[in-house]
Amino acid sequence: MELLVAATVGVLTAAGVYLILRLRSFPVILGLAMLSYAVNVFLFATGRLAVGLPPILSKYAEGYTDPLPQALVLTAIVISFGMMAVLVMVALGAFLTSDHDRIDITDETGEQGEPEVDKP
Amino acid sequence: MNTASQFLPVIAALPFLGALLPGLMIRAGRNACAIAAATPTVLALIMVLIAAPEVMRGEVLQARIEWLPALGLDVNFFLDGLGLLFAGMILGIGLLIILYARFYLSGDDPMGQFYTYLLLFQGAMLGIVLSDNILLLLIFWELTSLSSFLLIGFWKHLPEGRQGARMALAVTGSGGLAMIAGMLILGNIVGSYDLTVILQHGDLIRQSDQYLPALLLILIGAFTKSAQFPFHFWLPHAMAAPTPVSAYLHSATMVKAGVFLMARMWPVLAGTDAWFYIVTTTGLITMVLGALIALFKDDLKALLAYSTVSHLGLLTTLLGFGTKEAAVVAVFHIINHVTFKAALFMSAGIVDHETHTRDIKRLGGLAALMPITAVIATITALSMAGIPLLNGFLSKEMMLEEAAHTVWFGSHWAMPVAATLGAMLSVAYSLRFIVHVFFGSKRDDYPHAPHDPGFGLWAAPGLLAVTVVLIGVLPKLMVGPLVAVAGGAVVGGELPYYSLKLWHGVNAALYMSIIAIAGGAFLLWQHGALDRIWRTLRKPEAKVLFDTLVTRSCAGAGRLIETTHNNAISRYLAVFAISTVALGFAAWSGGGHISGDRPLLEVPVTVAVGWVLLTVAALAVVLMHRQRFLSLVLIGIIGLMVSGGFVYLSAPDLALTQISVETVTIMLLLLALHFLPKQTPRESSVGLRVRDGSIAVACGIGIAALTFAFLTRDFSTISQFHLDNAKTGGGGTNVVNVILVDFRGYDTYGEIIVLGIAGLIIFALMEALLNGPASRRLKNWPQNELRSHDRHPMMMVVVTRIMMPIAVIVGIYIFLRGHNQPGGGFVAGLVIAIALLMQYMASGFAWAQERQRTEYHKLIGIGVLIAGLTGAGSWLAGRPFLTSSYGYFTIPPIEEFELATAMLFDLGVFLTVLGAVMLMLYSLSRIARAAGETVNIEPMDFDPSETEQKAGQN
Repeated sequence: MELLVAATVGVLTAAGVYLILRLRSFPVILGLAMLSYAVNVFLFATGRLAVGLPPILSKYAEGYTDPLPQALVLTAIVISFGMMAVLVMVALGAFLTSDHDRIDITDETGEQGEPEVDKP
Repeated sequence: MNTASQFLPVIAALPFLGALLPGLMIRAGRNACAIAAATPTVLALIMVLIAAPEVMRGEVLQARIEWLPALGLDVNFFLDGLGLLFAGMILGIGLLIILYARFYLSGDDPMGQFYTYLLLFQGAMLGIVLSDNILLLLIFWELTSLSSFLLIGFWKHLPEGRQGARMALAVTGSGGLAMIAGMLILGNIVGSYDLTVILQHGDLIRQSDQYLPALLLILIGAFTKSAQFPFHFWLPHAMAAPTPVSAYLHSATMVKAGVFLMARMWPVLAGTDAWFYIVTTTGLITMVLGALIALFKDDLKALLAYSTVSHLGLLTTLLGFGTKEAAVVAVFHIINHVTFKAALFMSAGIVDHETHTRDIKRLGGLAALMPITAVIATITALSMAGIPLLNGFLSKEMMLEEAAHTVWFGSHWAMPVAATLGAMLSVAYSLRFIVHVFFGSKRDDYPHAPHDPGFGLWAAPGLLAVTVVLIGVLPKLMVGPLVAVAGGAVVGGELPYYSLKLWHGVNAALYMSIIAIAGGAFLLWQHGALDRIWRTLRKPEAKVLFDTLVTRSCAGAGRLIETTHNNAISRYLAVFAISTVALGFAAWSGGGHISGDRPLLEVPVTVAVGWVLLTVAALAVVLMHRQRFLSLVLIGIIGLMVSGGFVYLSAPDLALTQISVETVTIMLLLLALHFLPKQTPRESSVGLRVRDGSIAVACGIGIAALTFAFLTRDFSTISQFHLDNAKTGGGGTNVVNVILVDFRGYDTYGEIIVLGIAGLIIFALMEALLNGPASRRLKNWPQNELRSHDRHPMMMVVVTRIMMPIAVIVGIYIFLRGHNQPGGGFVAGLVIAIALLMQYMASGFAWAQERQRTEYHKLIGIGVLIAGLTGAGSWLAGRPFLTSSYGYFTIPPIEEFELATAMLFDLGVFLTVLGAVMLMLYSLSRIARAAGETVNIEPMDFDPSETEQKAGQN
């Protein structure tokens, strides 16, 4: 099981890193989503793996897994959603203002797309 | 703590608070502005004077406020003799400068800004001399560098001003950095950052192995600030500042900060060979070199600047001698130098102001035209030359006496000769200042007809000139007690024998003085010839060297940036990823093998299937990321499998959160994708893809190995505390939820605020987009895509209506049980958000929005407020922020139930999450409407009642 979880983190990280190195904004966002999964699972795993030991206090429980990483990851999941939403919005704004979704500023595309004319 | 010592923090804070005033008062006129600047200065001065009698009795006032005790950084102030001398100087001269600047600055200069900067500087400087904590002192030290930068560059339109300001900041700022290191070493040796404690451990410091590095670093800080060779070059360039600034910062106060620091640290750092040779030699070179250059400067202010460099060298030399007598002389000369040099700068400013030139070669014969200015300048310049009956004479005489019996590298002659040479040059340039400017024949080619200025402009230098004479004639009466108490503070013990009087009898110093005055007069007589020789000499130009250094550093930094960050985010993400992997590999290669000995868990078949699904989906996303819709579907699979994993691995709360976040994420991406290209073009070459692939695989292997390494090792955790106290302390059995709303409630509070801010950012971005150039593009959005003809299908509308109450009840249920069972505010917020989103999807945004009466911004605000108030509520019970309490209640016929304040906090979390998520999606859909998306008013496209009516008609 440990091997599977470690491999999951590895695969998700590799996929995420490959995608954030792409040149368009959408794959980069996907890559960040993948990295978020990877990081969340990684953090969760620092509490070690346990089956059937949820941290819900009960008379019948045989034991509990470590609740702290779970609490940290829970907020991390929600925050990474917020971060992703902001990024999506920035990417969308960049695309709408400059007419392309490349993420690298090169000499050809460095300026702000078409010049502003006839403002109302 | 007595009353006077309570003033200390107020004294230091007053100029900073007062700095806010002039900028506002300038609207009420220039006089009001000057008065507003003077008020805090006067108040602070009064407080210093109230404290003065106690200090003069030899007491040390202290005020302590704890700030960051864990770092050893406290707001501790103390006032002893040395502090009193400097505080008095800073405030007294400051007041005169405020008066002088009122009349000096022209109507075009932003006076409010000027006084604000000046007060900032004054506060920083007071902070230095009052600080009892060396870390606090360092903060003020850097503040003086910053505020002097603003003041030197005050005339922003002058390139010399900007360059001079930059140079001063670069030199004094980097010296300050060195000093931080030195002070930290010092604090480390003693084990305390309190100055009063450090001052008691002189022997410990001097015997420490780290004494020399600490000394060197601190001296670099002091030397840069006090313009000692070879860092002296910034001071003349700082003369581009308005003259009041030069008079205040560059003669009276800031440049004295280095000297102050050497005097302050004198009891613990002085007395060693290292101190003697470094400090004395530096001071001596500076004194002679500064005086020599001053003699050949034609710019009045440059002459005074180099003379200041020279006098600072003199002070440094005196402190370097390491004898108590010399230290006391240094204190006395500090007072004298302030009085005559500030007055001289102001006189130079008056000459500049009235004749519109500072070039000595274009001046001369001003005595008849500007008699008052001439008298003031002559008195103070003679004092600078060290002529009897003026205060400069007294301290110079005492300095020469000290130099006469100091042995330097085994030589009895080196020190007296150098000191006499310095004094001689000093006489020469002082006399030149008088003779070449005020005497000689009148000229008819002054750039502007000169005459004496109004009283306001000469009042301040006039007062100082009177002081110069009074101290010169009656030294003991005027400053005797002050020198004694300040000198006592420097030497930190018994005062040596010294006497402040005019006539010391015929001694070595008298002969040296006579030689200096005669030689100085001779030099002035031969000045024309010497000047021609001086100009033919090749001299290293400090500004050129400095500029070359700066240009080279910038070019080097530019090349480094060019190779790593050439505006390409993909490039520097790659650099970042590679270096992280390399660092990780370096760390691992020194360690042992990967796997530990913790027993592994079994893998059931279902889990293996899920894992295969996840891995295949991840690989598929990479391979098919060009088809953007497809990759979204695949991402959904990954999210689902991850939540499945959480369920299996005893994390039900995480699974719930993950699955609901997954839903909203996909919706969000779908909405955004509507406006983005649906395909990613193939742009990167095969080589690039192989490179990225290898980086990615290396990262993946590294992180997988790391994960496996810690998963197979045992660990210690602090969680037992949470498990033990969740029920008894927090009143809940779901430990994860209790951690969120109780143990780590403060974190959660911060996190919901972040989420709320993210929502607001998105809203703001959307507003900016809709009002910016993008709006035109949106209006002309092509409507040629293939669309569904049944965009609001009846089946979906009906089903979501039925689902809505069920979903809301599920949300409430999840919220309520959250404290004891998996659930809670985060999940409930997301569930309700999804329930609402279903309505939006089914019936369109406009229709749903009309039925939604609470604004989402408000929801975020109310949520954060509820959470915050709940936390603050525990203050009423006298307990710390966010302490929760709970109780059990029964209302028949319901079973016994629990109410906890944590639940109220969770309500805040719930509302914020709901508000933020909805605001984000709302923003995106507004863009859709701006792009000409049709707005529906009816709940669905097809109205069944219409057909019925038609059927009835038929």
